[in-house]
Amino acid sequence: MRTIEFREALREAMNEEMRRDEKVYLMGEEVAEYNGAYKVSKGMLAEFGEKRVIDTPIAELGFTGIAIGSAVNGLRPIVEFMTFNFSLVAIDQIINSAAKMMSMSGGQFPVPIVFRGATASAGMLSSQHSQAFDNWYANCPGLKVIVPSNPYDAKGLLKSAIRDNDPVIFMESEQMYGDKGEVPEGEYLIPIGVADIKREGKDVTIVSFGKIMKQALSAAVELEKEGISVEVIDLRTIRPIDYATVITSVKKTNRLVIVEEAWPLGSIATEVAFKVQKEAFDYLDAPVIRITTADVPLPYAPTLIEASLPNVERVIKAVKEVMYVKK
Amino acid sequence: MEKVVIKTKKETPVAEKKSSTKFSKETYIKWFESMLLMRKFEEKTGHLYIQQKIRGFCHLYIGQEALVAGSESVLRREDRVITAYRDHAHPIGRGLHPKYIMAEMMAKVTGCSKGKGGSMHIFSKEFNFFGGHGIVGGQIPLGAGIAFADKYNGNDNVTLCYMGDGAVRQGALHEAFNMAMLWKLPVIFIIENNNYAMGTSVERTSNVHDLWKLGLSYEMPSYAVDGMTCEAVHEAIEEAVNRARKGDGPTLLEMKTYRYKGHSMSDAQTYRSKDEVKDYQAQDPIEKVLATIKKNKWMTDADIEAAEKNVEDIVAESVKFGEDSPYPTADELYKDVYTQTDYPYIME
Ligand SMILES: Cc1ncc(C[n+]2csc(CCOP(=O)(O)OP(=O)(O)O)c2C)c(N)n1
Ligand SMILES: [Mg+2]
Repeated sequence: MRTIEFREALREAMNEEMRRDEKVYLMGEEVAEYNGAYKVSKGMLAEFGEKRVIDTPIAELGFTGIAIGSAVNGLRPIVEFMTFNFSLVAIDQIINSAAKMMSMSGGQFPVPIVFRGATASAGMLSSQHSQAFDNWYANCPGLKVIVPSNPYDAKGLLKSAIRDNDPVIFMESEQMYGDKGEVPEGEYLIPIGVADIKREGKDVTIVSFGKIMKQALSAAVELEKEGISVEVIDLRTIRPIDYATVITSVKKTNRLVIVEEAWPLGSIATEVAFKVQKEAFDYLDAPVIRITTADVPLPYAPTLIEASLPNVERVIKAVKEVMYVKK
Repeated sequence: MEKVVIKTKKETPVAEKKSSTKFSKETYIKWFESMLLMRKFEEKTGHLYIQQKIRGFCHLYIGQEALVAGSESVLRREDRVITAYRDHAHPIGRGLHPKYIMAEMMAKVTGCSKGKGGSMHIFSKEFNFFGGHGIVGGQIPLGAGIAFADKYNGNDNVTLCYMGDGAVRQGALHEAFNMAMLWKLPVIFIIENNNYAMGTSVERTSNVHDLWKLGLSYEMPSYAVDGMTCEAVHEAIEEAVNRARKGDGPTLLEMKTYRYKGHSMSDAQTYRSKDEVKDYQAQDPIEKVLATIKKNKWMTDADIEAAEKNVEDIVAESVKFGEDSPYPTADELYKDVYTQTDYPYIME
């Protein structure tokens, strides 16, 4: 199968959906003439023209509101945030308008819109540019939240997100845009809300999603060498969460480690752990461990970043801990 | 932290001539030396970024130096300054020794933000520099708030709040402008109009291309200023500062300037022509100040060389200080987040 970059997979998804439905348009900072701050939308202005690929001023609150307004009046916008750090300027419109209008209107005004862009840390960018708000958005009823980890999932899920009639938050990573992966030529869709077992195993379950999945998968490879068989589940969607896949796996392995890039309090990890103790309490042979980013704003220095983020060593250590393996 | 002292030995000028301008010889020499320091420091920063000794997003001030030099010749040390992420020159203008900025960019614990902020988050409480802010436009209401406190406390300090031409399109500007006028806050809003927000020119962001006009709907005194000329900047700031100190409220100054380099260290600059860059370089503020100094024979060639040498020494000292300093150790991670020293972090 051919391999393409993550950014190309996203672009293909948008291109295909824009060809399919003329109501779909893309809006955001530098998406048109500059071809995207991270080149995701490269060539889209040339194909679709400035009516459908629209550069905005740096005015997140305004263009987010405008896009939502257009969505309740028949269009299907894709809004790109250069990164989700900047979506906070617009979060009022996302939470108070996009996520509420359907319900407040008693079902009269669905909001078919996708908000997409990069989330979480991306190197030495310090605290204002390194935040994972995945769980913040996932906390809000009315939204759906997708955080893919590879090009194949990204394409299939983004297409589903664009066709979905509800507001979808779609989170990527600056550090994934260049990742290559197998993506078939033909059209396919991946349903929202379905987790994927990225690696089967029998001793321990690791649940993760998004960019940090790489740490989970690398740890599983390392642990295999030591005879520990790890099942790695990629949630892919964090609202709704596919609890069934997680519970089934935990009932098999009896041990769970959750790896996530957000801060610990109120994280997706916390939520999954709650559900597992409720539904699979008698199956657990060890307390659930979560690995998150340190409970601090992410600093700039490499030494402090190293001490903050989930990494392979921390995952391996956690797996051994739930296995009660010494060393 | 140590103050930067630019100590050039001035030889007695051959013939002390009266200036054709209202500014003193000392002011010109100060402008020249401080802008030269900013320029050389930023050139070095660019090199170190390419060598990966400085990481993250890094935005240079080259070309825009007159804005800071021309403002600082009006300000007092107690006045306050806040800006966005393009923030290396402002603290130098405030008087902070650049070695603390260099160490910060190199992520060292001796940096002005202990290696926690990096290039975009230079801060110096001691020099009343309220930072380096990364969310475009976020500093606009903050600047008004800093001024609010000075008014509340009954002193006559003023706040300079810098922002880019891209930042003026944030809604926060309007709310801040309105309240700053309503409450007559001693704040001066300075638009560093370098004509681009990343790859987007001013013309492509609005119907309103004269950014100073944004103040008019709040009846704020608002002016356009030649930001490539220290004299013009100084005069505009002086008038605004006087108004603010008297309690007559804010001013908006659109300073027309230009950045010679890309938006950040990763920018192919396909959105503008080489000629456009050259046109602006021909009006270089440092060259202009130097021309006046030479015309008036305020510095000899030897003086100028000595000044250049001194600036190079300061930059070299800054790099050495940064390189010789250690990274923060992991125990720094749970410090400085709260003032409460025994805050119960979630640690697993
Ligand atoms: C709210 C927000 N949106 C987007 C960005 C990404 N961004 C960083 S700098 C920049 C351009 C700002 O241009 P301008 O205000 O003109 O300042 P300049 O860089 O020219 O000094 C953008 C879009 C951001 N940091 N914050
Ligand atoms: Mg600009």
